[in-house]
Amino acid sequence: MAKQHVSTIINGEPVEYLCEAQQTLLDVLRDELNLTGSKEGCSSGDCGACTVIVDGNIVCSCLMLGAEAEGRKITTIEGIAEGDKLHPVQQKFLEHAALQCGFCTPGFIVAAKALLDENKNPTEEETRYWLAGNLCRCTGYDKIVRAVLDAAAVMRGENPPSPAA
Amino acid sequence: MPNLNFSAPTTVDEAVRALAGAQGLAKPLSGGTDLLVQMRSGRVRPEVIVDLKRIPELIGIREEGDRFVIGASTPGAMVYENAALTKAWPGIVEGLDLIGSAQIQGRASLAGNLCNASPAADSVPAMIAARATAVIAGPGGRREAPIEAIVTGPGQTSLGKGEFVVAFHIPKPKPHQSDAYLRFIPRTEMDIAVVGCGVNVTLDESGVCTDARVVLGAVAPTQVIVEEAAQELKGHRLDEETLSRLDAAAQRACKPITDKRGTIEYRTKVAGVLARRAAAIAFERAAGRVAGVH
Repeated sequence: MAKQHVSTIINGEPVEYLCEAQQTLLDVLRDELNLTGSKEGCSSGDCGACTVIVDGNIVCSCLMLGAEAEGRKITTIEGIAEGDKLHPVQQKFLEHAALQCGFCTPGFIVAAKALLDENKNPTEEETRYWLAGNLCRCTGYDKIVRAVLDAAAVMRGENPPSPAA
Repeated sequence: MPNLNFSAPTTVDEAVRALAGAQGLAKPLSGGTDLLVQMRSGRVRPEVIVDLKRIPELIGIREEGDRFVIGASTPGAMVYENAALTKAWPGIVEGLDLIGSAQIQGRASLAGNLCNASPAADSVPAMIAARATAVIAGPGGRREAPIEAIVTGPGQTSLGKGEFVVAFHIPKPKPHQSDAYLRFIPRTEMDIAVVGCGVNVTLDESGVCTDARVVLGAVAPTQVIVEEAAQELKGHRLDEETLSRLDAAAQRACKPITDKRGTIEYRTKVAGVLARRAAAIAFERAAGRVAGVH
């Protein structure tokens, strides 16, 4: 079968690629485009490590074919920071030590950014439900939730106290 | 998966031709949240995948007279953003919303959940309870079928070669009609129903039930319409005696299996409890619903 030719927009830049019909978007991002920030955890849509934003919705890029991306707008973890300036979610993940091994972190940050784009002031419960599709085996989640809530406060222009050392 | 052929037609006719013309297995693709997992595990080996999401008719929700029309491939995230549908049929929207994570909701569709044909599919019981229908396109043209006529067993549907669901028709609620869906899982999120129960009721002005449908999921090879349970509700308010007869009727309708999620005895018991609780919510919603507010 001939390869699929796809024109899409990734992190604001027009991108063209060729892919096999069975390649997932995650395969394309990692293996064809060298965007290796999105991680392959479970390959079945359970862990969320491959989370990307497609036309405003978060999806598991392991459950989407690369060929489906034609004409879509995709944001990956590589597109979350603005140049050298970290997104508040990324900054707060660092400050709160909301990561240990780091494998799940890109997926959490993309999912959390999408939450805060839609909801400026999520409750802890809303945040936990929203992030239920992202698994972390290191942190116990609490620091992640604190980091996201703190980032939300920063993005609202509030000046919350720094986390306890 | 050698020689997989992918196409993304923009019309229903093209999609029918692509699916019907395949020599090997041809699969329609909506959100892919089941299909891609099954392909990766090797359980399903399609020769052809036809992405339906480029067909305008298959995405979106509209109101046509006395019914809602939902494009078959509309993702969950778009369904529960629809205020009119959420107000009219909170149970249907709850059922769909319970499936998977926010990431899954970005892709998963009603048609996929139905045609994957899991007995535990969360969006199906409330759709059956609302007497929704599926519009099916295929080589022989279009036909309409009740939701309960689609799934014939685990992983099995009544759809013929080249057929796929184009849209769902859901009648708008009558005055004092509403619904609810509950499922039981041992966790708080991200799990598959041990039992699911959709209840749809219509009340008269005094709160007496005039029409009802009670549908169970995950307790038999397909969803089960519990006629006996509906009969127990009709002509009654939701008093304790009616609730216990409803509970017993729901339990009698169960033909579950024992698996890692629950035993036969456990599922049967939980089916009765969920029927009670879902009925209580549906009655409350229906009682609060006044004529003309849709």
